Amino acid sequence: MNASSASPRHESAVGHVTGRAIYTDEQRPPSGMLSVYPVQAPHAHARILGIDTAAALALPGVHAVLTASDVPGENDTGPILHDEPLMPSHTVLFYGQAVAWVVAEDEALARAAAKQVSVIYEALPALLDIEQAMAAQAFHLPPVRVARGDASAAMIRAPLRLSGELQIGGQDHFYLETQASWVEIDSEGTVQIAASTQHPTETQIIVARVLGLPAHRVVCRSLRMGGGFGGKETQANPYAAIAALAAYRTGRPVRIKLTRGLDMQMTGKRHPFLGRYEVGFDERGELLALKVALTADGGWSCDLSPPVLMRAMVHVDNAYFAPDIEITGQIARTHLASNTAFRGFGGPQGMLVGEEVLERVARHLGLPGHEVRERNFYRPAAAGLGDRNQTHYGQPVVDNHLPELWQQLLRDSEFMARREAIAAFNACSAQRKRGIAITPVKFGISFNKTEYNQAGALVHIYSDGSVQLNHGGTEMGQGLHTKMLAVASRVLGIATARIRIMPTSTDKVPNTSATAASSGADLNGQAVKAACETLLERLRPVAAELLRVKPEQVRFAEDAVFADEGSSDRLRFEAVVGAAYRARISLSSTGFYRTPGLNWDPQTGQGHPFYYFAFGAAVSEVEVCGYTGVHTLRRVDLLHDVGDSLAITIDRGQIEGGFVQGLGWLTCEELRWNDAGKLLTDAPSTYKIPTVCEVPEDFRLNLFRSTEPPTTQVIFSSKAVGEPPFMLAMSVREALREAVAAFGDAREVSLGAPATPEAILAAIERVRRGVNL
Amino acid sequence: MSLVVRRLANAANAQPTPALTCKEQKPSPLPHMEQTIPNPYYPAMITPNTFCLNGELQSLANSDPRESLLRWLKRHHQTGTKEGCADGDCGACTVALIEADGLGGSRYVAINSCLLPVGVLPAREVLTVESLADGETLHPVQQALVDAAGSQCGYCTPGFVMSLFVGLHEGALDDDAIAGNLCRCTGYGPIRQAARQLAADAPGDARFAALRAQTRPDLPAADITRFFSPVNIDDALALKAEHPQSDWFAGGTDLGVDLSHGKPVAPVLIALERINELQQLRIDDDRVWIGAAVSLSRLQSELLGLFPAIDDLLPWFAGRQVRNRATLGGNLGSASPIGDLLPVLLALDAVIHLRSLDGARAIDAADYFVDYRKTARRADELIVGVTVPRRIDLRSGCAKVAKRQTDDISIVAAAFALGVDDQQRVSHARLAYGGVAAIPLRARMTEALLIGRPLDQTTLDAAAAQLRAEFEPLSDHRAGSEYRRALSANLFLRFVAGLRP
Repeated sequence: MNASSASPRHESAVGHVTGRAIYTDEQRPPSGMLSVYPVQAPHAHARILGIDTAAALALPGVHAVLTASDVPGENDTGPILHDEPLMPSHTVLFYGQAVAWVVAEDEALARAAAKQVSVIYEALPALLDIEQAMAAQAFHLPPVRVARGDASAAMIRAPLRLSGELQIGGQDHFYLETQASWVEIDSEGTVQIAASTQHPTETQIIVARVLGLPAHRVVCRSLRMGGGFGGKETQANPYAAIAALAAYRTGRPVRIKLTRGLDMQMTGKRHPFLGRYEVGFDERGELLALKVALTADGGWSCDLSPPVLMRAMVHVDNAYFAPDIEITGQIARTHLASNTAFRGFGGPQGMLVGEEVLERVARHLGLPGHEVRERNFYRPAAAGLGDRNQTHYGQPVVDNHLPELWQQLLRDSEFMARREAIAAFNACSAQRKRGIAITPVKFGISFNKTEYNQAGALVHIYSDGSVQLNHGGTEMGQGLHTKMLAVASRVLGIATARIRIMPTSTDKVPNTSATAASSGADLNGQAVKAACETLLERLRPVAAELLRVKPEQVRFAEDAVFADEGSSDRLRFEAVVGAAYRARISLSSTGFYRTPGLNWDPQTGQGHPFYYFAFGAAVSEVEVCGYTGVHTLRRVDLLHDVGDSLAITIDRGQIEGGFVQGLGWLTCEELRWNDAGKLLTDAPSTYKIPTVCEVPEDFRLNLFRSTEPPTTQVIFSSKAVGEPPFMLAMSVREALREAVAAFGDAREVSLGAPATPEAILAAIERVRRGVNL
Repeated sequence: MSLVVRRLANAANAQPTPALTCKEQKPSPLPHMEQTIPNPYYPAMITPNTFCLNGELQSLANSDPRESLLRWLKRHHQTGTKEGCADGDCGACTVALIEADGLGGSRYVAINSCLLPVGVLPAREVLTVESLADGETLHPVQQALVDAAGSQCGYCTPGFVMSLFVGLHEGALDDDAIAGNLCRCTGYGPIRQAARQLAADAPGDARFAALRAQTRPDLPAADITRFFSPVNIDDALALKAEHPQSDWFAGGTDLGVDLSHGKPVAPVLIALERINELQQLRIDDDRVWIGAAVSLSRLQSELLGLFPAIDDLLPWFAGRQVRNRATLGGNLGSASPIGDLLPVLLALDAVIHLRSLDGARAIDAADYFVDYRKTARRADELIVGVTVPRRIDLRSGCAKVAKRQTDDISIVAAAFALGVDDQQRVSHARLAYGGVAAIPLRARMTEALLIGRPLDQTTLDAAAAQLRAEFEPLSDHRAGSEYRRALSANLFLRFVAGLRP
């Protein structure tokens, strides 16, 4: 391990524990700040016949009631398609949609006034789930397809076939800090936005669009977020736009922070999916043909659903090779909140269908799941099994060391011995059954959309030797700023204490991509590195002259500047900086990066969309109660590849946290709506994310070290870590299925997703009755 | 936010370590304050309109007593305490309240500030996350979290800090100390590690130990506008008669949610927590008296080992911050069909004691629940306590199933008490359920079926069939009716299976 891998703590850790770390809504607001509150539609689908705001406006302290007609620019916040009105003009498209916003002196008054706005609706029939939308042929876009070979023909040839379907529930982000922004139009007419957003550039662009202003009139800053997870990639935009519109209409600064209930009712979530599959295979469980039709519940608008769906379609394979394969996908248009990015971005849903298929095949054949999974792994041609290393979208699985990682985890977790011990336990326990399972993760790293794979940075060195670091990424707890400090410190050879990281701001680094797709450190790290290297090349001749050596001999390290390798002649960094300033050398530089070698044709579903793949695997052991369906997670073993970590502690936190978030998605987190389309689980009293008690004491995490160097050039040989560990939690679901299976002798164990106690007990009862499905 | 830690010149001589002491805020002298701070420091606080926040006296004179402490803190730019839900379910707003422990000492309790109306605060002391660090020196709890990488986005962190702070000073740093705090980033491992390390090292912090060690008199009666805090039952009943439109206010973990969400509540609230008589918990040979205002945390610790059904249930009843405030009387007053303790009271043949200006009366728990959130209690009556008979001849137990087993509202909760005669035939049967009807109910038909029969497979099969049919549960966002029916039977079967050697 080199010096920079020594593990830095989160740069704001002391701020976090003392309460001094400030979030968007706590930044000292300018005096005269107004608040807003929505008027929400009590229908999932309705025509708006009239809005009467007079009674609300008559209340003292109410400054405005915003409706669609107040929008001076384009009434649209859609990030891809322009199908998302900020406020509807004619038609309500989901229950709880804001048809108007009251602007008042404070939030309580705005809330009270919102009740005084009367809206007349004509209710219309609503589509409230994927199947209703499919029956009505309600889709956002034409279907898409990614395929290789002739899956239909191969299916007919296959000696064995199975088909089935899997419904996958959505997931609320439940970031602890709800959506928040505040906006002030400054004395020069610049719209200054402070937003809890993962995508300041998009927030800037959409606010400019709504206000009908050029982008240069709008600045968006993101200080830090109290969690994002994809939920503030596009979902921050409409609320920033409402605050901006209110500021524009009233001339006063305006804040917005959604209550938890509003946040859960109005913002998008992880897409529910319906997967229908048909698989052809042989007696050993080797996949021969696979056809999967995925339907995502897009909700009322398109939002990011197309790339979410596409990531699902190119992750159905997970770690498995199927020679003839056809994946089709479509996006249902329902009258629900518009679903959006969430850690994994469709990947988890696609992979869950893939794991369902593998499990079905294995259990049908009576073979152990881990054997059938391993048998179907992608493998380099060198393994002597023919070319089984090509994905169905035409990209080889570069640096594929999953088979090695898998074997290591089987050993480290003592999988086989525990599997036997569990069988013995189950044989003498009628009402408590245990299960153990291992599942792999292969996850493609890069935005599917090639153009997003670019980043910028701006580094200033001041004449006293202190450094300001700006980059295009946002901090949401994932430790990106900590990693960027590590990169700048390493390249400039200076202590991180010299470097101050600045809030992400669109007037420092423009045209940024969302901090998403696990790419924050990969992209921005390279941009920061480029900026720092530029500065270093300017400082080098100055230092060489001072040290009387050749420029190439100068070494920046240990917070100083050395004459040569091994030399003790050193200058203080600020001495070199001061000399450079006096020599009139620029001490400010941008840096830029674009990921090399990417291409993607969305029409054919073919290309090289990912720079590389992240790999991991997990073993989970559970115990299930046959009376109630309640389970306990007894032990978890994770092995994950983060390359040469930029910050081990940060990466371990991402892996553990990702796993537990995935655990919640697959077990206790369940979204339910009533027949009118109203979300019933809109508070932590009804929507249950894991607590500490759901996480086993026996939780073992190791970082995988490949024996071979990577063929790609990721920042300091690290690997992306934000999303891939989320999918490690699939092992819990499969362990639950093993435990459920132990209640009988079924060749098929269907299990709902999420596997709530209710779903598990239903599965147990099916197994006990010998009923398949 | 700077913490004021002032050594009172005359007090410090008596104390080796300066505690955080309450200091009058100089810029805005308080109307009801005495001019000098006497020694020891406590009497300075006995004013109806002040409370002590992080060592500084704060006026409540111009506050709406129904405003939550969390909102109050935010209005006063004390932003360390975070709002994650304003629902009492995420713990991000956890603060430490200092309470007299009834034994002459004090203790820290962790509470959700979003559910605490400031009307209960006069003469009380509160610590928030801002108070812990001593300048740049972190409190051991904070340092442990930093060392363990226990924060990622940091938004939940102040709440964890305060839960761990209380856990450290009260010697309870198990998972339960943080089960009422949600974190969406870390997966809890590093936070648990910090708690373990703190428990092992028990570093303590002399300042806060000294603050805790100070003796405190009973809280005085207080009222802020229309929020009354009487100190005896007679005064409470008189206030009720004077303000017929008022509501009783116990721990406020249910009513506090309505307050927090700006929903309409009674215009006058009468808080019960300062009434000593309601805080009594008396264990006699044949029965236990539980004062209506006894917190669930106290029930959990002080009744431990007496009633298996109560022991089984309380760890799964909400999070610790809620149990620190919620009371048995409150559970009975709100009478929710999913009030977790209510089936237990039914199964144990508890008796509910009411008082009004007309006198006292007692009602069997079985006769108490009338309809959805309606009870036999008249509006002018105050629940003063509950008696629970101690029956060593019975076997009892309780089980609760929820979507998440920790800190969740039950899908079905069930409590059982069974007695058998010398021929192993059932002589006494109580099977009580929550979550299966509009009120907590006993399965009377199943109870009747069991009486006189041996607990053999035939009986159990018949009882299970009867239990599946006994109730007409609803389907809702927690679970479907079929699951509730299945649980009604299976929880009983599991209870009986557990009785066998």
